[in-house]
Amino acid sequence: MIDKQEYAKLVKEKSPKSREIKTLFFAFLIGGFICCIGEAVGDITKLIIPEVGKVTEGQITSCVMIFLGSLLTGIGIYDKIGKVAGAGSIVPITGFANSIVSPAMEYNREGVVLGVMSRMFVVAGPIIVSGVLASIFVGLVYWIISLF
Amino acid sequence: MDIFLRYLQVFAVGGFVCLLGQLLINLTKMTSARILVTFLLIGCLLEAVGIFEPIEKFAGAGITVPIIGFGSNLVKGALKGFSEKGVLGILLGGLQAASAGVSSAILFGFLMAIIFKSRTKT
Amino acid sequence: MKLGKQTYKFERKPIIISGFGVAGPKEGEGNLKDYFDKILEDDRLGEKSYEKAESEMHYFAILSAIKKAGLEVNQIDCMMAGDLLNQIVSSTFSARELEIPYLGLYNACSTFSESLLLASFLISSGNMKYITCSTSSHFSSAERLYRYPLELGTQMTPTAQWTVTGSGCCVLSSSGEGVAIDSATIGKVVDYDITDTNNMGAAMAPACADTIKTHLLETGRNADYYDAIITGDLGIFGSQMLEELLQSDGIDISSRHRDCGKMIFRESQKVKMGGSGAGCSSLVFSTYFLKQFEEGEIKKALFLPTGALMSKDSSLQGETIPAISHAISLIKE
Repeated sequence: MIDKQEYAKLVKEKSPKSREIKTLFFAFLIGGFICCIGEAVGDITKLIIPEVGKVTEGQITSCVMIFLGSLLTGIGIYDKIGKVAGAGSIVPITGFANSIVSPAMEYNREGVVLGVMSRMFVVAGPIIVSGVLASIFVGLVYWIISLF
Repeated sequence: MDIFLRYLQVFAVGGFVCLLGQLLINLTKMTSARILVTFLLIGCLLEAVGIFEPIEKFAGAGITVPIIGFGSNLVKGALKGFSEKGVLGILLGGLQAASAGVSSAILFGFLMAIIFKSRTKT
Repeated sequence: MKLGKQTYKFERKPIIISGFGVAGPKEGEGNLKDYFDKILEDDRLGEKSYEKAESEMHYFAILSAIKKAGLEVNQIDCMMAGDLLNQIVSSTFSARELEIPYLGLYNACSTFSESLLLASFLISSGNMKYITCSTSSHFSSAERLYRYPLELGTQMTPTAQWTVTGSGCCVLSSSGEGVAIDSATIGKVVDYDITDTNNMGAAMAPACADTIKTHLLETGRNADYYDAIITGDLGIFGSQMLEELLQSDGIDISSRHRDCGKMIFRESQKVKMGGSGAGCSSLVFSTYFLKQFEEGEIKKALFLPTGALMSKDSSLQGETIPAISHAISLIKE
C-alpha cells in the first residue's frame, strides 16, 4: 500500500480546494459594506450630537456595531452571513461580537453562571488576552526607549 | 460627491482588509479566533509604529471597524496612559480605551444569551 | 472459527431480523428520504437540549426496531449502543429508559460495526438470542462538542463533512428470516499522519483500505465476491482516496463501492463532502441497505463503517488522527 509520505502528497494534491475568487469577492464586498455601515453610524452620531469629539464618536460607533452584531447573532442571521462572507464578517468588530454572543447562547442550557458567563469568552478570550498583552508590551517598549 | 468618495474609500479599504483575512483562511485554514487575533495584533503594530493614524484619516471606518481598530485603540490607550501617569499608566490605559468595546460586548452577549437559544442549522 | 489474524467466521450465523432508522429534517430531504422509517419534523423533539433530543431519538429507534421484529423489550438479552457525545450519554440515557442489559461502546463513527461484530460473537456462542445494535449522532450536539457554537459565522472548509442527525438500530437474532452475518474482521488502528480534523475522509480511508485488504486476504475472497462494499462516512473525497489506496495494491472496488455519507445528502444541500457521524452508517444501513437485501438487489455485501478516534484536545496537542474500521460480511441466502 502507498506509504505515509506518498499518501500525504496524494491528499494534498487531490483535496478539493476553496473557490478562491468567489470567496475573496464576497469577503471584500460584505466586509466593505459592514465598514460603510460603521461610517454611517459615525455620521449619524455627528448629526445628532454635533459637538461629539472624535474619541466619543468612535466609542459610540463601536457600541452600535457590537450591538448590531450581537442582535444579528441572537436572531440567528449572522452565521448565515458568515457562510457567504467568510472573513468579510469575521474581521469587522461585528465578528468579534459574534464570537462572544455565539458561545454564550450555545451554553445557556448549562446555566447562567457556568454556562453563559463562563463560556462567553471561549472564542474571544484569546483576542482580549493578546490585545492587552500587546498593548502592555508596546507601552513597555516606549518606556524603555524614553529612558535613553 | 465628497461624501460618495469618502464612502468609496471606506468600502475599498475595509473590503481589502477582509479580503486579506479571507486569503489567510484559504491559504492556511486558520479558524476565526486565529484570524481575529492576527488582525488585532496587526492593529497593535500599526498603532505602535504610527501608521494607523494616516490610514484612519484616509479610510475612516474602513480601518476602525475591522478588529484592527480595536487593537490600535488598546495600544493608543496604553501609550496615553504612559504619557499621563507613567509606568502604571501602561497597565491602566489599554483596557480603559477599549472599554466601550469590551463592556458592550459583554452586556449584549449576556442579554442575547438570556433571550435567545442557538438554533440548529440546515 | 478464526481465519488468519483478524477475521472470524461464524458457524452459527446471527440474523438481522429487523432494522429501523430515524432521520433528522435535513436528512429527510436528502436522496434516501423514501427509505427512512421516521423523519423528524423538529430535530429538538420538543426537548430542552439537543443532547436530550438525540437520546430521545436513539431510544425511539431501538424501541421501534424491537417492535418491528415482533418482540417485547424484555425478550432482548442485551443492547449494544454508542454515540459521539462525551461518555456516550445519548446511548446511556436510552438504556436508562429501556432497562435492557446494556453494553455501551465507543469507536467514533464506526461504533455501529463494533456493535454488530460483538453481538455476532455473543449470539454465535449460543449465550444470547436477541441483541439490539444501535448508534446515533446529532448535528447540533456534535457541532458544539467537536467544532464551534452553532451561531458562530464560519465557513465549512472544502473537505468538511456534515454530521448526520439520525439513529439506526438493527435487531440481531440467533434464528429467523433476514440478512445473515457470515464473518467479521476486527480492524486495527491505522494512522496515516493526517492532522486536519476537517478532512476526516482522508484520515479514515487508510484504516478502511487496511481492513478490506486483510479481510479479502484472510477469507481468500476477491473484491468481486461481494455485490457491494459499503463504507460508512468517508464522504466524496475519502471514498476517492480509499479507491486509490486499494488500486495501488491491485484491488479495484470502484464499481461496487457505496458510501453512506456520500449517498445520504443531495449535492444542492451544501454539505461539501457529504454526511458523517455515528448515526450516518447505522441509519442508512438499517433502512436503505436492508431494503436492498430484501429486494434482492444485493446478495453479498461487506459493510465497513469508519471511525476517526481523535478528541478535540488531542488535535490541539498536535496529535495526528488515528482511525479504525471493522468489516462485517453480510450474506442473504
